[in-house]
Amino acid sequence: MKGFSRVAALFSVLALVVFYGPGDALAKRPIKIGSFLATTGPASFLGDPELKTLKMYIEEINAKGGVDGHKLELVWYDTAGKAKAAKDIVKRLVKKDRVDVIVGGSTSGTTLAVIDIVERNKVPLISLAGSVKIIEPVKKWVFKTPHTDRMAAAKIFEDMKKRGIKKVALITGNGGFDKSGRAQCLALAPKYGIEIVADEQYSNSDTDMTAQLTKIRATDAQAILNFGFGKAPAIVMKNIKQLGIKLPVYQSHGVASKKFLELAGEAAEGVRLPAAALLVADILPDSDPQKKVLMDYKSKYEAKYGPVSTFGGHAYDGLMIAVEAIDRADSLDKAKIRDEIEKTKGFVGTGGIFNMSPTDHLGLDLSAFKMLEVKNGQWTLVN
Amino acid sequence: MDLLLQFLLTGLTTGSIYALVGLGFAIIYNASDVVNFAQGEFLMIGAMSAIFLHRLGLPLPLAIAAAVAISIAVGLLLEKLAIEPARNASVVSLIIITIGASIFFRGVALLIWGKEIYGLPHFSGEEPIRLLGATVLPQSIWVMAGTVVLVGAVKYFFDHTLAGKAMRACSHNKRAAALLGIDVKKIMLLSYGLSAGLGGLAGVLVAPITYMTYDAGVMLGLKGFCAAILGGMGSSMGAVAGGLVLGVIEALGTGFISSGYKDAISFFIILLILFFRPSGLFGKSGGERV
Repeated sequence: MKGFSRVAALFSVLALVVFYGPGDALAKRPIKIGSFLATTGPASFLGDPELKTLKMYIEEINAKGGVDGHKLELVWYDTAGKAKAAKDIVKRLVKKDRVDVIVGGSTSGTTLAVIDIVERNKVPLISLAGSVKIIEPVKKWVFKTPHTDRMAAAKIFEDMKKRGIKKVALITGNGGFDKSGRAQCLALAPKYGIEIVADEQYSNSDTDMTAQLTKIRATDAQAILNFGFGKAPAIVMKNIKQLGIKLPVYQSHGVASKKFLELAGEAAEGVRLPAAALLVADILPDSDPQKKVLMDYKSKYEAKYGPVSTFGGHAYDGLMIAVEAIDRADSLDKAKIRDEIEKTKGFVGTGGIFNMSPTDHLGLDLSAFKMLEVKNGQWTLVN
Repeated sequence: MDLLLQFLLTGLTTGSIYALVGLGFAIIYNASDVVNFAQGEFLMIGAMSAIFLHRLGLPLPLAIAAAVAISIAVGLLLEKLAIEPARNASVVSLIIITIGASIFFRGVALLIWGKEIYGLPHFSGEEPIRLLGATVLPQSIWVMAGTVVLVGAVKYFFDHTLAGKAMRACSHNKRAAALLGIDVKKIMLLSYGLSAGLGGLAGVLVAPITYMTYDAGVMLGLKGFCAAILGGMGSSMGAVAGGLVLGVIEALGTGFISSGYKDAISFFIILLILFFRPSGLFGKSGGERV
């Protein structure tokens, strides 16, 4: 037995030398994954699950032997959500730490601030931030994984079209999320043959929206669309019930959480909204191509840290797209890695199925969102 | 007509919330000329305490009583630990202390309760009440009734009780009040306890409608402050009138002009009123208070 294992060992060393060339086999340098995340500050609800996800999966990949024999090494810094800090950090990642690829940027502001640095230094960047501006127009070295609010608006209008709704009353808050969503809705509606017959607004700290909704009641709208975040959408739902308005109501992905159901209670009955698949992984049919990836991520994350959020999922997608690209490139040449990221096809992530191309550095279509309806206080899938 | 009625009802609903908050400002201002910027936080503390005690299984009335007691305790501590040691400081310094206290309370609330949004059950159901084609929630009636009762109680306290009169005397001239045998320290303590209790109760009344977060006190406090200024600082009737006027202006502005400019419209009107009546709708100018 002893002799046999010696022979086997000799053969494997030989094999390694043949495949990777001499000198490379025993001391392969680690692949450096750089990251800049808002792990503290107001956007820490993004950065915190992102960092935990990166750490957890890098550990797992290393335990399985790394990528092409290279171990992964995470080099990360906290931006606290500040664009200025992000600039300094990314310069450091690129020039001092000499990372091979960057996965990060929790917020749109920090990502947009560093685009010119990665473009100039030719380092691939996979952002975890929402804004569509990150990839439009396309920048050679910049990619992203989270879905955009334009996709959420499109998903809603698509569903309305199916139900034959042509006139919609829009009601939005005054936060950044609300304003961006409102702009996307106004821009997209004509493409779906939908007319916005009312465009009402409220402050996110408002305690009553019955005045706006009374105005909406007086229009000939066939549905109400509320693009909002936090407690205001729950108040809108309660006010709609109070006024006895019977129109179908749509909310955005901003309230796709158990909290919304708890706050709005019975008033949320029948409301429809688009949501990332991760939130409803449990109720997806087994035939759903994402089901396995989602349940895997969810169970691993929840076993270690507690309830999942879609934000950690974006980090999973970003890291895996980078790792698979490096694997396919068989090289640590940044240009080759970049090319392979751009060629990502059919990658099943938590955010959807990614099909990138030279003109699309996100690669998600509307199937990334699931349309949900609240029935008996629970999310149900709408087909 | 239905539209106008609904707008008015909406305005009165939000207005009575503002009025209730504004009322709390009046008491401390009456006792010490200090605008207490932690008033909104008293609301938040009252509401959050009630929500959590109720979640722990306490029946609602008991949770509310305990929450008001907690607010009063916080108010007394604030006076004892922060205001009293600085009693010889100027009014401006004291106001800045209250701003500091409000930030401190928010920080502590964040540590205890986190960033989550919480709701409290409506006191008597959520079935809307119909009034000539317009609707109003039973909880709004609770808020309005609470405002009326509390205004009456505050008015009675200041006009007909010894402690209330002593409080007004302190507001006018602390030294003269002390010479007349009024225990200024005790009166100050009482004023903070009272307005904190009032704030806590207001918080509990509005929480089912507005929901509550650790930082919700800021905006509620700001609107209440506007109501108090509009009505005339230190006048409890004024605070209520100011709150209702502000709420109705907001609702009518939203309904008939533009919801996007709702706040701009109401602040413009507040500026206009204060331009012509600098001491507010019900405020008396300094000379008249002698």
